[in-house]
Amino acid sequence: MAEAEKSGAAGAAAGKAAAPKGPGALSRRIAKGKADAAKLFPILKEKFGAAILEEQPQVVEPFVVIDPEILVEFAAFCRDDARLQFDLLSLISTVDYPPKDAERGTIQVIYFLDSTAHRHRLMFKVKLPRDNPRVPSVENLWRAADWHEREAFDLMGVIFEGHHNLVRILCAEDWEGHALRKDYVIPETYHGIKNVIY
Amino acid sequence: MRDIRTEEMLLNMGPQHPSTHGVFRVVIRTDGEMVLETESHIGYLHRCFEKVAENVSYVQVVPYTDRMDYVCSMINNLGWAEAVEKLLGIEAPERAQYIRVMVAELNRIASHLLAFGTYGMDIGAVTPFLYAFRDREKILKIFEKLCGQRLNYTYVRVGGVSFDITDEILKDIEDFCNYFEPDIIDEYNRLLSYNGIFISRTANVGVIPRQMAIGYGLTGPNLRGSGVRRDLRKDEPYCIYDRFQFEIPAGSGEQGQTGDCWDRYMVRIREMTQSIMIVRQALKGIPSGLHLDKKLQLKVKPPKGEAYHKVEGARGELGFHIVSDGSEKPYRVKTRGPSFCNISVLDELTRTGKCMVADMVAIIGSLDIVMGEVDR
Amino acid sequence: MASIPLFLSAAFHSCWLAQAPALETSKSSPNGLEALLQRLVHSYPAEGTWWGAIAAMLIACLAVFAFLNLFALFAVWLERKVSAHMQCRLGPMEVGPHGVLQTIADGIKLTVKEDIIPRVADKVLFIVAPIIVFTGTFIRFAPLPFGDYLVASDLNLGLFYIAAVGSVEVLGVIMAGWSSNNKWSLFGTIRTATQMVSYEIPIGIAFVTVAVSAGTLSTMQIVEQQSGWFWHWFVFRNPFLMVLSIIYLIASLAECKRSPFDLPEAESELVSGFHTEYTGIRFALFFLSEYAAMYLVSGVAVVAFFGGWYLGIPVIDRIGAAPDSSALAFVIGLLIKAHVLIGKAVGLVFVQMWVRWTLPRVRLDQMMSLCLKVLLPISLACLVGSALWDLFMGSLASGKEYSMFFWLE
Repeated sequence: MAEAEKSGAAGAAAGKAAAPKGPGALSRRIAKGKADAAKLFPILKEKFGAAILEEQPQVVEPFVVIDPEILVEFAAFCRDDARLQFDLLSLISTVDYPPKDAERGTIQVIYFLDSTAHRHRLMFKVKLPRDNPRVPSVENLWRAADWHEREAFDLMGVIFEGHHNLVRILCAEDWEGHALRKDYVIPETYHGIKNVIY
Repeated sequence: MRDIRTEEMLLNMGPQHPSTHGVFRVVIRTDGEMVLETESHIGYLHRCFEKVAENVSYVQVVPYTDRMDYVCSMINNLGWAEAVEKLLGIEAPERAQYIRVMVAELNRIASHLLAFGTYGMDIGAVTPFLYAFRDREKILKIFEKLCGQRLNYTYVRVGGVSFDITDEILKDIEDFCNYFEPDIIDEYNRLLSYNGIFISRTANVGVIPRQMAIGYGLTGPNLRGSGVRRDLRKDEPYCIYDRFQFEIPAGSGEQGQTGDCWDRYMVRIREMTQSIMIVRQALKGIPSGLHLDKKLQLKVKPPKGEAYHKVEGARGELGFHIVSDGSEKPYRVKTRGPSFCNISVLDELTRTGKCMVADMVAIIGSLDIVMGEVDR
Repeated sequence: MASIPLFLSAAFHSCWLAQAPALETSKSSPNGLEALLQRLVHSYPAEGTWWGAIAAMLIACLAVFAFLNLFALFAVWLERKVSAHMQCRLGPMEVGPHGVLQTIADGIKLTVKEDIIPRVADKVLFIVAPIIVFTGTFIRFAPLPFGDYLVASDLNLGLFYIAAVGSVEVLGVIMAGWSSNNKWSLFGTIRTATQMVSYEIPIGIAFVTVAVSAGTLSTMQIVEQQSGWFWHWFVFRNPFLMVLSIIYLIASLAECKRSPFDLPEAESELVSGFHTEYTGIRFALFFLSEYAAMYLVSGVAVVAFFGGWYLGIPVIDRIGAAPDSSALAFVIGLLIKAHVLIGKAVGLVFVQMWVRWTLPRVRLDQMMSLCLKVLLPISLACLVGSALWDLFMGSLASGKEYSMFFWLE
């Protein structure tokens, strides 16, 4: 915190004089993500070993892929371990890869975590079979997961086991299908209302 | 003779209600004026932003981002542009960075002014609303001069900003800063912030403790109102925010408990002062040069990969998760709308047993939601 | 449209009712309109003649009704202009110079609007409710003077009558909210009933204190006692009455459902409270009675605390007051006094508007605790204090003047 303010002050002084050369904020942010990954991934690897299926510390957005079996345990470790302390669940994202895609028929559920104490972040994924995407819910760890999981269920059809109220959140309750699946066909009518496609 | 008994009543607040700030619906179970339980229903303004974004090019997504948080579109544009730039591995020109910071901060002020005004109206004071609109109008005039739009700007583009800023507009911005701070903010404080009735309506109401705020994923003024000094402009600087000196205001329970409605309200008022400070510093430092990387307007084709970029919007952390498959259209876009997380705490706040119907309005107003962003 | 004759007849009926006690009292205290007519019209019969009383009554009904409507037209315009200028805008500017005719245009618009009765509403109550609310406000004007001699009926129970008849309005409001069959209206109704019934207590105590000091409940006689310099007004009579006048002003805001006590129609909470479902002329009646009530509480405050029609400067107040003064001087004096009283009342109405456009709204529990925990104990203490003051300090002030500024004389 104090450091950030100090650097901010120095930056302001520099900004008045001339535009500073060197890497811009975006590349520094990417570098920070990679540094976080270099720091955190060994901790995770040490704890979970083979259950971490894949790690990518050098891409734009470093991530690990974990086994869905250990999701709750992994998430709890991320939240509670003193070195990690990921207390803020930023987002649960989902990506659909149809069978013809390189990922060969999986749905990825992606969790973005932030730590308000350590100010580092983590992105981890689970890959689920597309025909039956089931994953344990983490709403008991982060209350924020409640609505994010409902949205993922609504639009992508991922079933979060153990969620207390897994119903549609954005679409109407009697909506059919999951709109963000790649093979979703837009219905022609809804309760007799014709759907006009421009 | 029949027994006299009282019954609980189910009350539908919204989707058409003056204080739900859009088409938000809360089903309230009440016992007289006391709220026993609430259930939030959203989705009335769902416009399939994420599905649409999969079918248009990266540049064409920008106008859709305007329509998410429509009272602070500049920051939405900025978030999207930077997320795509992150994927592309480029940086916007220096001058564009300064312009971006200025318009983002002015837009933050405009958005907080709206929050201030409508919150006064929720509590029953109509006059602050028109004061806020008087000053918001000045910002909108500046934006109109800058890009011809007053609400949905589509101004910040991938690789820069769409129009260069002129000296005349810079002068306007400077005049606005001198007009607004400190006189007008003092006026607001005298008019509403320290009004006894206002304090009695908002202090100790809708208290969000620190842990609850973090657990529900609250960000922005709502999180800072609970005393957590987290602001992406400081913690993970994007754009050129690390060059400016400003403070992060946080709630301290000045009038009641930390994290009550008054704290959240006051954080917004104090943030406006800080934003003016940033704009003033940016005005001093703005260099000459390019404002836009023109090549990028024709074809944006990021390499395969994914990026998650967050910026500090007026309501909290606005994140874009973009998955690229190497084509001209994004493969998947997922948005983290701060209001979406912020409003999810409502049901928990009203379950205290001490909440009255009038407090519901105070709490919803203090969370400062924009339904365009909740439903996307 | 059909409701207009209905409403007119109801208004006049209620006026007759209001005049009934006047038939009794006008014999003993010929201070009101009848006395005025006797003085100005030479062929007017002496007191006690039945048709003289009835003629005075009819004139009073019409005059009060006309005044009320004109005042509402003016007050709505004033409210819009006051609020606009407080909010850095201009307000209505199109219809007439500075929009003075805007309210008339709006009134015409309201009367020709579709009159909607919700299908599930209780039709009889729904139709009757606005009429009761309006007449409830209207009949309270009976003992309220508009100047010397200018009173519809100089009741010897004046203040008590005003306080007592005020409850009729609550009845109408409850009917309106209940019959609308709308949960938000019901909320507004319950709030209204709670609020108006609670705030009648401090208002009643304020009236009692004034009555104790004045020794009468008649509004005309109360004003009569405040003649002379302005420190003879009851508000300056003793410190307790000064406090009570403030309490009365606060409570009167709640009594006419004005901000910061506008919970019954809190637009950000209850959409529009008990009159959510009303449209057209029925809505206009609620609106009219709200503005009429604003004038009423201000007028009562002027009568009870702020010297009534007396300006507080004896030279002006004495114009035309002598029994042998010419008719011209008498009429001029009458006009001055009427202007003074109405001017003071409009001034207080302006204060109500000022407060409304400045303050936020309180919550229900805060509203109740303000009434029952703050205003009620203070007003009770003031009642006792004022009575004791009159008892002990009255002798100090050597004679009939009780003002705490007696030493100024």
